[in-house]
Amino acid sequence: MARNVTKNRKLAMTVLAWAIGILIFFPILWTILTSFKTEAEAIASPPSFLFFDWTLDNYREVQERSNYFRHFSNSVIISLGSTILGLAIAIPAAWSMAFVPGRRTKDVLMWMLSTKMLPPVGVLIPIYLIFRDTGLLDTLTGLTIVLMLINLPIIIWMLFTYFREIPGEILEAARMDGAGLKAEIIHVLTPMAVPGIASTLLLNIILAWNEAFWTLNLTAAKAAPLTAFIASYSSPEGLFYAKLSAASTMAIAPILILGWFSQKQLVRGLTFGAVK
Amino acid sequence: MKYPALLVAATSTLALAAAAHAETITIATVNNGDMIRMQKLTDGFTKDNPDIDLEWVTLEENVLRQRVTTDIATKGGQYDVMTIGNYEVPIWAKQDWLMPLDDMPEGYDADDILPAIRSALTVDGKLYAAPFYGESAMVMYRTDLAEKAGVTIPAQPTWTDIMNAAKAMTDKSGEIYGICLRGKPGWGENMAFLTAMANSYGASWFDKDWKAQFDSPEWKAAFNDYLTMMNEYGPPGSSSNGFNENLSLFQQGKCGMWIDATVAASFVTDPDDSTVADSVGFAQFPNKEGVDNHGNWLWSWNLAVPTSTDSPEAAKKFIAWATSKGYTELVAEKEGWRAAPPGTRTSLYENPEYQKAAPFAEMTLNSMNAATPDKPSVKDVPYTGGQFVAIPEFQGIGTGVGQMFSAALAGQVNADQALQNAQQLTTREMTKAGYIK
Repeated sequence: MARNVTKNRKLAMTVLAWAIGILIFFPILWTILTSFKTEAEAIASPPSFLFFDWTLDNYREVQERSNYFRHFSNSVIISLGSTILGLAIAIPAAWSMAFVPGRRTKDVLMWMLSTKMLPPVGVLIPIYLIFRDTGLLDTLTGLTIVLMLINLPIIIWMLFTYFREIPGEILEAARMDGAGLKAEIIHVLTPMAVPGIASTLLLNIILAWNEAFWTLNLTAAKAAPLTAFIASYSSPEGLFYAKLSAASTMAIAPILILGWFSQKQLVRGLTFGAVK
Repeated sequence: MKYPALLVAATSTLALAAAAHAETITIATVNNGDMIRMQKLTDGFTKDNPDIDLEWVTLEENVLRQRVTTDIATKGGQYDVMTIGNYEVPIWAKQDWLMPLDDMPEGYDADDILPAIRSALTVDGKLYAAPFYGESAMVMYRTDLAEKAGVTIPAQPTWTDIMNAAKAMTDKSGEIYGICLRGKPGWGENMAFLTAMANSYGASWFDKDWKAQFDSPEWKAAFNDYLTMMNEYGPPGSSSNGFNENLSLFQQGKCGMWIDATVAASFVTDPDDSTVADSVGFAQFPNKEGVDNHGNWLWSWNLAVPTSTDSPEAAKKFIAWATSKGYTELVAEKEGWRAAPPGTRTSLYENPEYQKAAPFAEMTLNSMNAATPDKPSVKDVPYTGGQFVAIPEFQGIGTGVGQMFSAALAGQVNADQALQNAQQLTTREMTKAGYIK
């Protein structure tokens, strides 16, 4: 009897988990389905779910109209660039805060987080002026720096949390064996924190890929990433939902695939602890 | 993962270097059918001007507005040609942000531009932007449903005619709603319609001392009639309907009438997308009996050159091409007369081929000619503009008031309360901005 209850419960949990999963995924699925419809079918009411004339016309039109490859490569460069640059700064910062905390470490951490509390538009004009005067407007360098800066607090916080899970004794042992600071960080701390660093890396690539305020406001033609590509298909006067869906599908596909393949790593990173 | 990224960086640098020999102009534009068509047809321009390369930045209207406003206000110089509305042109020209376009090449024929549009783009006698396409507002209605309901809609209807027709055409059990109007909040959404409707009731936003007028009997009448029509004869959930939502409803045959931008006419009569393409009739924007005002809705998308550009000559050359009579002929030749950008040139409406291809041509022209944005209301007012007030503060105030009116439509507050809130907000903002001393 007891076994039966567990089995039923397991089944119920599985059904519930799938239901929630499908609910969350549904908007994306709907976008993908709409991208294969004609514009007339895209707005039809009641909407057709699977039985419509599947067409690739929207993708053809999007290909003809925009330079997808340029937007895509811009997205890759700025999301990878900003994440790697961010990690290079955040690993030493998080190390010092986790292992040699001072009196003000907590305040510094809170202060860093507080920079995320201001709405970005509040600093748009000053940053725009700085970028104009330094020639960084519409450049990949400029965008990489801005995205690195806005994600840095999150990277440091995540790494700080992971590093704190690693017992200081392991590092002490390394020091007693004669490891210097550099060797301690590179050969002892980093390998132990790899899952944590990997999930931070992945999460930041996703955040940078999806960032749609600075990438739209600081670019024009040359450095515009995929967010600008999507924005170019949205229209308040005219029904272009199928084309917009095709553009959106093309923009989210790479990050969706990356997320799919690295889900194990992401989950492992998020539940990581040094002491099992 | 690192190597492909490097490769990509190297290829894009090479591609940029290869393009560097020609002068590149960057054009910021909106995503609508006519602009996209222009993007496709630019070979005609680049063939004649091999030393000019064109870069396009296409954005959604609100994103574009935010983007180009930031750029022009800080003199960022990111764009050489900007697509802006007739709301921005006079405000920006007065700030010296735009270059005058009074030296257009011979044969451009600026006198051919529709008078209402031309006057909206002229400041101190100088043209500051060239119109690419223009629109007014009119009534689009289903001729078959009107016949079935036994009503006729005159070419110049009054609001009483509209109200009666809406009542007669409504069949809620058959999912047919007599009238579809904008309800989604925003200065360019519900407030564009409601401002025009209020104008046609004899109301105005401000009196000549910039005092808000939402407590006037005219506003009260207009707003109450709007709510009655929408609640009794409108589709459900109309407080979130904008242009696109109504277009979709109309194309699927769910609206008896739709009063909106004239540009919609080409969509609803397009047999590829619209299920009611062959039974659409047109009438002028209604007015209240005895009020000589048909709303004064006038909008145009225009190409302008910011003073911060590095390539003013190339930019002007492009604008002269894109807004010329020759461009209209090019569109007609490639895609038929029906696709010609509407609402900018008198000569287009005199063209018999266009009249034949576009059944909505005559009413569009009538509506545009009837608009007098330099005199928006029958009352004496200190501002210009038709479905908007041409002051920089209007975007903020209009959207705030739009939210209050949308809330009334959704049933969250009553009409009097919404008008009172609008009066308070507008008075407060206008005092803060220094209009009311």
